[in-house]
Amino acid sequence: MSLARLNSFIGIDAVGCTATVQPGVRNLSISEAAAAYGLYYAPDPSSQVACTIGGNVAENSGGVHCLKYGLTLHNVLRVRALTMEGEVVEFGGLAPDAPGLDLLALVIGSEGMLAVITEVTVRLVPVPQLARCLMASFATVTAAGDAVAALIAAGLIPAGLEMIDQAGVRLVEPFARAGYDMDAAAVLLCEADGTTTEVAEEIERMSVVLRAAGATRVQVSGSEQERLRFWAGRKNAFPAAGRASPAYYCMDGTIPRKHLGAMLTAIQGMEQEFGLSCPNVFHAGDGNLHPLILFDDGDPDSVQRAEAFGAAILEASVRFGGTITGEHGVGLEKLDAMCAQFGMAELGVFHAVKHAFDPTGLLNPGKAVPQLHRCAELGGMRVRAGQLSFADLPRF
Amino acid sequence: MAGFHLHAYESALAERLSAATANQEPLCLRGGGTKDFYGNAPRGTVLDLSALTNATPAALLAAVDYEPSELVVTAPAVLPLSALEDLLAVQGQMLAFEPPRFAAGGTVGGCVAAGLAGPRRRSTGPTHGGLRDFVLGARLVDGRGRALAFGGRVMKNVAGYDLSRVLAGSLGVLGAITEVSLKVLPLPFAETTLVQDCTEQESLALVNGWAGQPLPVSATAWEAGRLHVRLSGASAAVSAAVARLGGERLADAVAAPWWAMLRDQQLPYFSGNLPLWRLALPPAAPSVGLDGLQFIEWSGAQRWLTTSLPASVVRQRATALGGHATSFRVHDRSAALTPGVFTPLSPVLLAIHRRLKVEFDPAGVLNPGRLYPEL
Repeated sequence: MSLARLNSFIGIDAVGCTATVQPGVRNLSISEAAAAYGLYYAPDPSSQVACTIGGNVAENSGGVHCLKYGLTLHNVLRVRALTMEGEVVEFGGLAPDAPGLDLLALVIGSEGMLAVITEVTVRLVPVPQLARCLMASFATVTAAGDAVAALIAAGLIPAGLEMIDQAGVRLVEPFARAGYDMDAAAVLLCEADGTTTEVAEEIERMSVVLRAAGATRVQVSGSEQERLRFWAGRKNAFPAAGRASPAYYCMDGTIPRKHLGAMLTAIQGMEQEFGLSCPNVFHAGDGNLHPLILFDDGDPDSVQRAEAFGAAILEASVRFGGTITGEHGVGLEKLDAMCAQFGMAELGVFHAVKHAFDPTGLLNPGKAVPQLHRCAELGGMRVRAGQLSFADLPRF
Repeated sequence: MAGFHLHAYESALAERLSAATANQEPLCLRGGGTKDFYGNAPRGTVLDLSALTNATPAALLAAVDYEPSELVVTAPAVLPLSALEDLLAVQGQMLAFEPPRFAAGGTVGGCVAAGLAGPRRRSTGPTHGGLRDFVLGARLVDGRGRALAFGGRVMKNVAGYDLSRVLAGSLGVLGAITEVSLKVLPLPFAETTLVQDCTEQESLALVNGWAGQPLPVSATAWEAGRLHVRLSGASAAVSAAVARLGGERLADAVAAPWWAMLRDQQLPYFSGNLPLWRLALPPAAPSVGLDGLQFIEWSGAQRWLTTSLPASVVRQRATALGGHATSFRVHDRSAALTPGVFTPLSPVLLAIHRRLKVEFDPAGVLNPGRLYPEL
């Protein structure tokens, strides 16, 4: 059932700072329409030119500015939807703290499993007067990771904070000509936004921290044009991967940032193990890693190795205390990985949540949450506190 | 020194909750007991969640997993809220939702279960948001005696439904929270409070006007013709806004305690004898215009009202303005409000709530009726 043509703007409330749109409205077009009022919609996934707000709600999409401005969850006030039984229902509202349990939090990121979204009201925020971006080079990935920690420890919350490893830089630079340092082990992009004086103050603080953290080169965007050029590399990482390789497989694990160095070392080991290369782009501020596994989709063996590579990355994400998906969702592809992240009891509750909204189980059947026997077959059962949950469940 | 062992704590709790389910014994789950006044009147045997462990305060603090540079803190639910906030302050960080304490002794778990936020709720920038916006993960024990873990300790996580945020404000009707992971933020570099005289209408126009502009407003409060505005952020941004907004500057030594008293409802406004209503409204909603005294926060989105008007009148007005009304505090609880202190749910939403309740608490023994009579 395509919702693409539910693409009308219901309206913008410039005083209340909200926009109400149908789910098929594109992410970027909300900001374009709000610009007349000096407002914009903050979450900006790389795909914002094409992706719809309905899809953003289904996946709880992020973007490069979500450390400071939050995810879809933090910027959607109200969702109007139809239940599978055809009843109109509203989650959240224009007033804060809608009565009852926070079902809006369940619907956001629910991958179309709970209800059919027909209307979304988002929060708009004032367009900052100015944004400037710092581009810093580091001799090791660990040093770049430490620099991120140092920025946060200094009390700074950059508007954007992204990292690209050397393979990533060498992948995107010939394509995007962003001016990245091809000799750096990692390039960090760090943005400040706000009023002119505020940005000047923050850029100064950030530069000091980055230099003290061992940046080998620090460059500040001198113009809006230059700032956009710095970002062009990062935002074009996926198309660049598509050009450099017959196919790529983008992963989406999130880990506590302190394990970044260890994670990238682990991925390097996997490159050897699976015989495929894997440049990395990384939402450094919030620990969301996007390894791009380059493979040949015309070669079944290469496809198989790419899938195994991806599964190994997700398992490592869970091992480091993170998650199998930060913003791209589970769908069908990561059902097995769900078994690694959750125990049987939690998966059972997820099925109950699905049942609470959609008792007949007809919306996107089979997605997002694996059947319990699937995990049992995989041997992905977790033993918790010495006790095997669902001990009576048959295993085969 | 008695340590804190999460799994042992959860096992003890699971045993107690399973027994209550088996015996159909209603329980009133209680952390520090600072918010007994909130929600519908508690029923059932009081289960003191802090008494299920003999861990010392130091041992509870030792069980906190906190790395300031990750902007995440994971704490046992029975940790005193003030201990957590003190720990963050030492590292120059805070809970940005500025949770009300009301009184000494509240716990982190109680704070999350109540889901309430303080003056910073509708600030600009990264500190914007209510309690649920800063919840990253939680563990709980439910009425079936299951120890469950949802969410995680990372900023972005879309694996599985976001049940940890559903626990925010759930008032214990789904289970007892045992551990929470919260996003924390740095304390602002600079903070200044301005005060000016204006009418209710003027103040609503001002605060809504500011909300649409890039200004570092972190709290607004209007009462009896006086508007307090707090500005927080980079020093340059705060001084520029001070010049632009005008008004009399409140001394820092006075301002910080004043906002803390507002957060905890210790200001004189909150000490009257009339029922206290909380109206949550779209911020740009016009004046409530009901008999009674108002205190307006959150750029117009939270309007306190002390009034003797019947509940139906207050509810109708809040609904007509696009929001909802909660009977927040009354002196005499003996006359229970029908159909409860919170605005009733639509039949579709109530049906979903009931199915969720049955999954977590099939016997209906956990804080029965506290959120809604039907739950």
